[in-house]
Amino acid sequence: MQQAMMEFWDGLPVIMQIMTKIMMIVGPLLLVVAYTTFAERKVIGYMQVRVGPNRVGPRGWLQPIADSLKLLLKEVIIPSNSDKYLFLIAPVLAIAPALAVWAVIPFDDGMVLADINAGLLYLLALSSVGVYGIIIAGWASNSRYALLGGMRSAAQIVSYEIAMGFALVGVVMAAGSLNLGEIVMSQQGSVYHWFLLPLFPLFLVYLISGVAETNRAPFDVAEGESEIVAGFHVEYSGMAFAIFFLAEYANMILISALTALLFLGGWLSPFEGILPESAFALPVIGWLLDSGIHWLLIKTAFFLFCFLWFRATFPRYRYDHIMRLGWKVLIPVTIVWLFVLGVAFALGIGPWFA
Amino acid sequence: MSFEQFLFYFFSAILVGSAVAMITVRNPVHAALFLVLAFFTSAAHWIMLEAEFLGILLVLVYVGAVMVLFLFVVMMLDINVARVREGFVRLLPVGLVVAVGMMVVMAMVVGARVFQVESPGRADADYSNTEAIGQLLYTEYVYPFEIAAVILLVAIIAAIVLTLRRRPDSLYMDPAEQIKVQRKDRVRLIKMEAEKK
Repeated sequence: MQQAMMEFWDGLPVIMQIMTKIMMIVGPLLLVVAYTTFAERKVIGYMQVRVGPNRVGPRGWLQPIADSLKLLLKEVIIPSNSDKYLFLIAPVLAIAPALAVWAVIPFDDGMVLADINAGLLYLLALSSVGVYGIIIAGWASNSRYALLGGMRSAAQIVSYEIAMGFALVGVVMAAGSLNLGEIVMSQQGSVYHWFLLPLFPLFLVYLISGVAETNRAPFDVAEGESEIVAGFHVEYSGMAFAIFFLAEYANMILISALTALLFLGGWLSPFEGILPESAFALPVIGWLLDSGIHWLLIKTAFFLFCFLWFRATFPRYRYDHIMRLGWKVLIPVTIVWLFVLGVAFALGIGPWFA
Repeated sequence: MSFEQFLFYFFSAILVGSAVAMITVRNPVHAALFLVLAFFTSAAHWIMLEAEFLGILLVLVYVGAVMVLFLFVVMMLDINVARVREGFVRLLPVGLVVAVGMMVVMAMVVGARVFQVESPGRADADYSNTEAIGQLLYTEYVYPFEIAAVILLVAIIAAIVLTLRRRPDSLYMDPAEQIKVQRKDRVRLIKMEAEKK
């Protein structure tokens, strides 16, 4: 059976193989996005001692499906004085990079769509392209609120990209590679070999700038309901709005997955090197304890939960405080830690990276 | 036509088309976006030339940062297109001279012997452009590289110093001061005798 499947797979044309792989990434991703919106409403609901959505389907499980159907059926209104082409292109520019980035994310050893050696750079480059969707949406809507939202968001993303980039430089220094698979494999050994401990300040900076980069609370001044209505997507309705929504959540999941990959050893098991070898040989428990895609999913889910947790916990930052945090706190922290790393490398201190 | 050739012509067509559109469209925001498209497609060309590091860097630096700031400025400005177009005929001869001059210079550069090198063959599958550039930059060209870095740093500081100005009239509050505020700075509890009627 397995033999026949493998033969069938190898017999497919290359383009079909690639398409199948893309479908296998994008399909579950969109499903996770849909259920992240549900999880968000439920989690925040329980944190605020409410129940959250519980009417559609058993315990509200069909809520995201109902939401997406509703958005699909709604009219896409194009404001009369807007720049029509740019207005319609903007959501595409927001979602395309958010999905394209997933090409270089490894899910398990060798389980990656495009195993390119400058994977981390590709990731940074594409995530910086995503800002165009927001700026163009803000400008093309021909609305003051939208323009203000677009400007805020662009300034925020450009500023935090620097802190994020520096944090990633630290990871690259420690791993000695730009390839995400190799970065994970260089954390192999045990929990102490993960980059979480030696690069802890960079981990914090990365997580904070990741939240800022995705325009999520407490850094969601780009949407700021109380000040500028809903920011760059005020004028969007129906599916065009839904696409911005999808892009935001896809980026959130991406940042969570990346934090897991870069600092928490991705698919590596936390029990590696701690439990004796015989524990991994047990029938089912051994498989669960051993490294595998489930560990990556668990770690990603944890950071995704943190995103929702932050939103329910922190009040919104003021705009100038955000800029101050990005430029005057996070960037100096990363530079200092890069210097510390450099000195540690030069003196050969500690067997940090095995 | 092989698939690679097809890709080359496909990207080239978009590149040339967007470059032409960038100088002909009236709306400055559209022009900036066409320039972004031109950068993007030339990055694709570099990647096809096995220079993926440079290609990705082009997207990261020019598309992701420089052009975003450009768009920022262009969107804020309210440019009067009619006034910009004024004097087109009057300045046309000057423009033509400049254009011909640039064409000649470009022809000389492209035709020069230094640039006529044999095209290097295909690299192996495990060839890493990033590593190759890093090796060269930090060994053979380390001094030019460091000097260029220092010049850039000086330019950054100069740009900041030139545009930095104190605005005593703006009502700015220092966030650090705000954060440092303690309860005793703001609230004073006073013990008072109850007043008699």
